[in-house]
Order: sequence, then C-alpha cells, then structure tokens
Amino acid sequence: MAVHALYGVAALLALAPISVMLRGSPRASAVIYSASLIVTLVLGIVGLVSLSGHTSSTATLPFGLPWLGAHFRMDALTAFFIIVVNLGGAAASLFALGYGQHEHSPIRVLPFYPAYIAGMNLVVLSDDAFSFLVSWEFMSLSSWALVVAHHREPENLRAGYVYLLMASFGTLALLLAFGLLAGESGNYLFDAIRASHPSATLTAVVLILVLVGAGSKAGIVPLHAWLPLAHPAAPSHVSALMSGVMTKVAVYGFVRLTFDLLGSPAWWWSMLVLAVGGITAVMGVLYALMQHDLKRLLAYHTVENIGIIYIGLGLALAFKAHGMAVAAALALTAGLFHVFNHSIFKSLLFFGAGAVLNSTGERNMEHLGGLIHRMPQTAFAFLVGCVAISALPPFNGFVSEWLTFQAILLSPQLPSWGLQFLVPAVGALLALSAALAAACFVKAFGVSFLGRPRTKAAVDARETDSNSLAAMFILSALCLLAGILPGIFIDALAPVSNALVAASMPHQTGLDWLTIVPIAESRSSYNGLLVFVFVTLSGSIAAFAIHRLASDKLRRGPAWDCGYPDPSPLTQYTASSFAQPIRRVYGTAVFHAREIGEMPPPGATAPARLTVELHDLIWETAYEPIAVFIGYATERLNVMQFLTIRRYLTLVFAVLVLLLLVLAIWP
Amino acid sequence: MALIRDFAFQGAQMLLVLLLSPLLTGFVRKVKARLLRRQGPPLLQPYRDLIRLLRKEVVLADSASWLFRVVPYIVFAGTWVAASLVPTFRSGLLFSWSADLIALIALLGSARFFLALSGLDVGTSFGGIGSSREVMIASLAEPAMLMIVFTLALTAGSTQLSTMAAYMTSGEAGLRVSLGLALLALIMVAIAENGRIPIDNPATHLELTMVHEAMALEYSGRHLALIDLSSELRLLLYVSVIACLFLPWGIAPPTGDAAAAVVGIASYVAKLAIGGIVLAVFETSIAKMRVFRVPAFLGAALMLGLLGTLLLFVSRSL
Repeated sequence: MAVHALYGVAALLALAPISVMLRGSPRASAVIYSASLIVTLVLGIVGLVSLSGHTSSTATLPFGLPWLGAHFRMDALTAFFIIVVNLGGAAASLFALGYGQHEHSPIRVLPFYPAYIAGMNLVVLSDDAFSFLVSWEFMSLSSWALVVAHHREPENLRAGYVYLLMASFGTLALLLAFGLLAGESGNYLFDAIRASHPSATLTAVVLILVLVGAGSKAGIVPLHAWLPLAHPAAPSHVSALMSGVMTKVAVYGFVRLTFDLLGSPAWWWSMLVLAVGGITAVMGVLYALMQHDLKRLLAYHTVENIGIIYIGLGLALAFKAHGMAVAAALALTAGLFHVFNHSIFKSLLFFGAGAVLNSTGERNMEHLGGLIHRMPQTAFAFLVGCVAISALPPFNGFVSEWLTFQAILLSPQLPSWGLQFLVPAVGALLALSAALAAACFVKAFGVSFLGRPRTKAAVDARETDSNSLAAMFILSALCLLAGILPGIFIDALAPVSNALVAASMPHQTGLDWLTIVPIAESRSSYNGLLVFVFVTLSGSIAAFAIHRLASDKLRRGPAWDCGYPDPSPLTQYTASSFAQPIRRVYGTAVFHAREIGEMPPPGATAPARLTVELHDLIWETAYEPIAVFIGYATERLNVMQFLTIRRYLTLVFAVLVLLLLVLAIWP
Repeated sequence: MALIRDFAFQGAQMLLVLLLSPLLTGFVRKVKARLLRRQGPPLLQPYRDLIRLLRKEVVLADSASWLFRVVPYIVFAGTWVAASLVPTFRSGLLFSWSADLIALIALLGSARFFLALSGLDVGTSFGGIGSSREVMIASLAEPAMLMIVFTLALTAGSTQLSTMAAYMTSGEAGLRVSLGLALLALIMVAIAENGRIPIDNPATHLELTMVHEAMALEYSGRHLALIDLSSELRLLLYVSVIACLFLPWGIAPPTGDAAAAVVGIASYVAKLAIGGIVLAVFETSIAKMRVFRVPAFLGAALMLGLLGTLLLFVSRSL
C-alpha cells in the first residue's frame, strides 16, 4: 500500500506545476481543487484499506542521501494518520471548490495547496529520519507560503515571519533529536533507530528535543505563540488544514518517536507530557476566551485540544512505563480518537468562519451578529461543530474526553508517587478546560450568529455556496456519527494500539445496543446512540403533546427586556462583555487583566470610557526578551558588515589561527 | 417477561421524576414560607403554574430565531433523560448503563449550553448578562462536579450510578474522609447548579444579580413552562443523586419485586422531603452572595473535590 500512497502523493505534487500552467484561466481553482479532492479521497481509501487489512508495506525510492535512499512505510499508525490527513484534505478541497472562487489572486494559493497536502502525507509515510525531516520542512515551507498568500496585510507578514522562525526552531530540535538517535553509526533508517538501545541520558535529551520540536508545530504552551497568528492569516480552507490536520501530523511525529522509536519509556516521561498537556489545555482555552477575532479564537482552541491529546498520550506513556498494557491502550485510544475528532470539528468550524468571512468580510465577532437568520445552514453546521468541540453528548468530542477521564480513573494503580499527585491535578485541569471550552463556544456562536446584527456587513450577509455547505454538512454528520457510534472508531484504532502498546481496548462493536465499555460493564459504559435517541424522542414527544393538547399559538412582538428594550444593537452583549465574568475570575492571575473606567464628572459632556488591559505574559516574558536580545546583538554585529578589506583579512587570519589552535589542543 | 418488567420500571421512573419534580419545588417554597412565618403558596401551585403557562400563547421577540424555539425542548429533553437515568427508587434500571455519572453531568452541560445560547438569541442585555454569568458559574461548577465524581468513582470502582449505589448500600465504603469532602462539595455544587441562595435567587425576577431568570427572561407560554419544568427536574435530579449516593437505603435491588419497589418509592419520597427541608432551612438562614464572590464559593468546592481525590490516590498507595 505504501507504493499506492506514494502515487497519490506524486499526483498531488504534480498538481503544483499544473496550477502554474493554468494561471490566469478562470477554471484553474475548480480544476486544482477537484483534482485534490479526488486524490485525497483515494489516499484516504488507501489508508482505510491498510488500517483494516492489518498490513504493513514498505517502498524505497532512489532519492535523498545517496547511501540511504528514501524509505517509506505504511503501518497501522501511518494508515490512521493518512486517513486523518486526507479526510481533512478532501473536506478542505470540497469547501475550497466554492470558497476558492472568491480568492483575489489564486496563483498565490493554488500551487502550494496540493504541495502542502502532499508534504503532510510524506511526513507520515517516511520511514527514515532524512525523508522525515525533508518532508517536515517541505510541509512547513509550503504552509508558510500559504500563510503569507495575502501578504499585503502587515499582520499576515508578521504572522509569516514568526511562523518561519518557530518552524525552523522546531525542525532544528527534531534534527538534533534524530542526529542523537542515529548516533555515530549515522544510520537514519527508522528500523536501525528502533534496534539501537541508546543510554538513559541520551533518551532523556531526545525526549525533550522531540517534545520541543514536534510540540512547537503542534502548539503546546509556551511554544504556541506562532499558531494563533499563522492559522487565521491563511485562507480559511488552509486554516482548517493547518489547525485540523497539520497539528495532528505534529502529534504523529511525537507518537512515532516516543512510542515507537525511543523504546520503552521511563516513568518520568509521562509526568513531563502530562504537565505540558494540562497546562496547554487550560491556557489555550483561556486565551481563546479573551479573543474576539473568530478565526483566532478557533486557533487558540486548537492549542487547548492539543493539550487534551497530550494528556491522553501522557497517560498512555505512564501506563506503558509501568507495564499496564490494557490501561495504556485505553489512554492511547482516547488520545488518538481525539486526534480524529478534533480534525473533523476544527475543520468544520474553520469552514464556518470562512463562510462568514466570505459573506461579511469580517472576522471580528463584535461586528457580526444575527447571522442565523441570514445564513441558517452555515449557522446550523457551525452549531454542530460548537457542541462537538465543547465535549457535549451526543457528539464525538465528548466520547474521546470521556475515554480520557476513564483512563484517569485507572491511574491510582500506578505505583509512582509523582504520578499519584499529578494525575488528579491533570484531571481537574482537563475538566476545567472542558467547561471553559463550552463557555467559549457559547460566546463564539452566540455573539456571531445569534442576537441582532451589529453592522451593515452583518445585515447584508448571504448564505454561502453549495460546495462549502456540502463540506460543512458532511463533517457535521461525521461529528454525530462518531459520537453515537464510537465503537466502530475505537475498534478501527485497535491495530494502532496493538502496534504501539502491545494491547488494545476490548472489542466494542459486538456489544448489546452498540454500547462502549472501556474496561468492564460494571465499571463504566456509555451509549451515545441511546442517549441521542432518548433525547430526540422525549423532546419530540414533549413538543407533540404540548402542541396537540395545550397550545400552539404564537405571536410575534418586540423583545421584552424587562420593559426597557433598546432598539440599538450596540446594547447587546458583545464578545468582550460576555467574557467579562470569566476574565474577572481567571484573568487577573493569568493575563494581569485590569479594567480602567474613566467616568467624567457629573455635567461634563465627555464620554465615559472603559478600557480593558490584557497582557500576554508568555509572549512578554519568554519571547520579547529573546527578540530584544537578538535585535541588540544584530545591531552590535552590524558593524562587521562595513569593514575595510584589511580588517576582513585580519579577521580571517585570526579565525584561522584560532581554529588551528583548537585543533592542536584537541585530544 | 423480565424485559417487560424492566421496561415498566424504567417508564415508571421517567413518569415519577416528571410528576414529583414540581412537587419538590412547591414543597421547598412552602417550607421556606413557613420558616418565615408566612402562609406560602399551596403545595400544588407549581403544577397550576405549569398548566396555566402551557395553555397560554407564546409571545416571541421579533429578533428570535428558530434556535430560540427549539431550545426549551432540548433543555427539557436533556434534563428529563438525565433525571430518569438516576436510580431513585430502584437500581439496575434498564437503560442506566447508557450514561454513567460523567455522561449525566455532560448531558446537563448540553442543556445548559443551549439555554445559555438562548439567552443571547434575542439580543437583549439581560439575556447576555444571564448567559455570561451562567457560563462563568458553570466553568467552576463542572470541574468541581467532575472531581466529586472522581472521588466517588475511585471509592466505588465505577462511574455507573447503579454500581455506586449498590457499593454504598453494601457498607463496604465505611466512613471515609474523602466521602465527607465529596458530600460537602456535592452539596455546594448542587446549590450553584440549581441557582439557589446564596448563588442565585430563584424567587426574584428583576434583580441585577440574577442569573438563571435573566437567561429565560424572553420566554413565555409553553416555552417558559418547559424551562421551568427543566429547572424543577434539575433540582430533583441533584437531590436524587445525593440521596442515591449518600443515603442509598431503601432503594429496591434490580431483582426486587413490586413490594420492594413500593418501599423504594416511599423511602425516595421521604429522602426528597428531607432534602427539601434541609435546602429550605439553609436558604432561609443565609444571605445571597455578590456574584463575584461565587468563584470563591465554587473554588472551595473544587478544592474539596480535588482534595478528596488526592486523598484517595495517596491512600491507595499506602
């Protein structure tokens, strides 16, 4: 199957030059996006076949390092991520068939789009460190080109700059990690790395490098700074891919290295991963709550969900380190299921935000409102995404978080003391982030889609095109399907957990009423289907009975609002006023939030003013000092650029002498 | 035959919670009034209110969307399903395994999510104030509740309410510090989730501190009836959860016959009465808090829950 997948990747790569040839043609985007749609669908099917067929296959191409070649492999883990990547890719291509028509300069997007999807596929297919890193960098650069597609906006340029820096930093960390793993023999094949047994110190260094390298791409706190800048800057279908899919490719990198290549884990690895995951989850959602740019809010939410995924993975590492294979399988399945779920609903939400952006030209929620009347179908799909990402039953986000909670409940059996204290705390952080996520999406949906329109742009909004709607509805249906029939998806993940932790969750699909039972029925079980049927039935019965037996009369009138309705839509709650109670509870500690009210004295005609001051402490304490230092250093070093030839020659000579001295002293 | 019996019991449970919930609210109001030496409304007043509201026409704001009209049904259905999955008079209900305690909490969370959305739908300032405060309270109450669930689940080795109730009845649990902490935290969360004093005042409609009533301000007629019935159901649900976990005596076992079920119902009603009296006494003896003191109250609940869980984690390893 690896060969088939490579054919698909080649087809995607071939689309890039074709799109350049088609430049200027009005049908260029239709051709490219439909071709990408077909190829990603085929690739997805290839992934599905290899995942269900339990097959592993390899392919070698004569590229790359001359003594190595480029190795590719399709095993269970790769197949799962191939499905995630190409499902997201197919949905984005379908969405773009409509959305991409509005692109001002398609030539800035079209060549990079298929190349970007190809890059992500190559990362998960790679079977040696060299191709992995090259594909990783290819993925980063092609997505960078998409981030700066609309380069006339200064904000996007800054986003692109920060992204480029962080991406290079991440790749550097991964490069060092692989370099250390390959060791002196320099064998970059994954098989060789698997077979080698590095020392404990070496694995510790590699683990931290991997956490930093893959984590900076995934967006763990505090390495997330680029993500909320770069993801919203790209065109919306690309934002969906970056947030929904590329972060998952980063998770793949982490899983591949820690669960597969690094050998058996030490107990403290999981503590690191769990702590990072918990902090990332809560910080991500708190940042999201403070945003009023719809796409940036969604980007920060990706940070939160990455945290949830890392919690699942951290638990799996903890159980694996202590030889509790069944529990490890549960935690790993929970994490990977969340990978799948998040890729669906995050793409869906970004599509919705894209449709709104297209129709109103606004990303700022405070300029929207009332869109449910003008874009009812988009609103419905977006609502499904909101409920799913808030981890509410009967949708899919709840199932994966529920599984994570079940895994946490198994952890008192862990022998180590550190974990005994850490795991309940992480559980509390997970619960907190889930509750805050619900608050955040009440805000996101309520302020942009409900209420009355706040600007003319929102009044004039029109429903988006049918292709975009189709993409959103397919993803909404998947959200519900994975929520009410999670057993199918859990069973599909069995080969992956078998390969990584040598155990899998009990077989689910054969159980009565399609219930899911992670460990034993007396312990815990959940049946999304029944819950869904019950809620739908009792709601419909209630509606029917009331309309039939009591009253179905309805009269429209002005809003009541305690007798003092104000016709101005500015009196509605806005995104910032909605977040105010939460800002007061959490913001003073996390953001040093301050509210400064300026009230003019009685009789004065000056307007009263309320200013809210928020500080991004991570940016201010971690990033700004580095930026200031680099600025200072470059300014000092700048004199080196304008030396006379004599001085240059002196410098060269001095360096030569220095190097010779070092060589002489070197043992 | 057994299946038919199980179906009958499940149906009885659904009807029972639906019928008893307005009574509980009426009872609490009555006891509160008596404590203040007032006559108070009759016990059956909540039923009359509901029937009157159901018969009235709905006055819908011009700016209301379809979501506003659907939300009452979603909220009602979610709360009703959650309430009918709690073992009240008989454990081992037919469908009790379809949602464990975590899923139950999440189901209530779904109901709240939609109610908060409906507060924003008409685009009035009162709806917004209610929704924003509700989600703030929920953001603390939900993690606190989950910590309590953790404590209980680790003690009983299950998140299934039926199993937990059976474990608590068996007396294996004994007296544990963690359980005491969990009970205290659970009561605090229940007070917050039901919008009772000192968090919110269910008796006022025009006060700037209100939360739940502000969200539902634009509702009228049958919609309002459903919203009110859902809050009554939620109160009943929390009292039932506390009763089922901490006062599990009298609950009929899954194999029990009709006689056991009658005993179960009688003891359940008695437990509800106790819960109602305790709530009424508590509410009359305490003043309402400022809204920004609520985080401290719920933060304490969260810490109690976390402490309970931590104690269990640590005591396991000793």
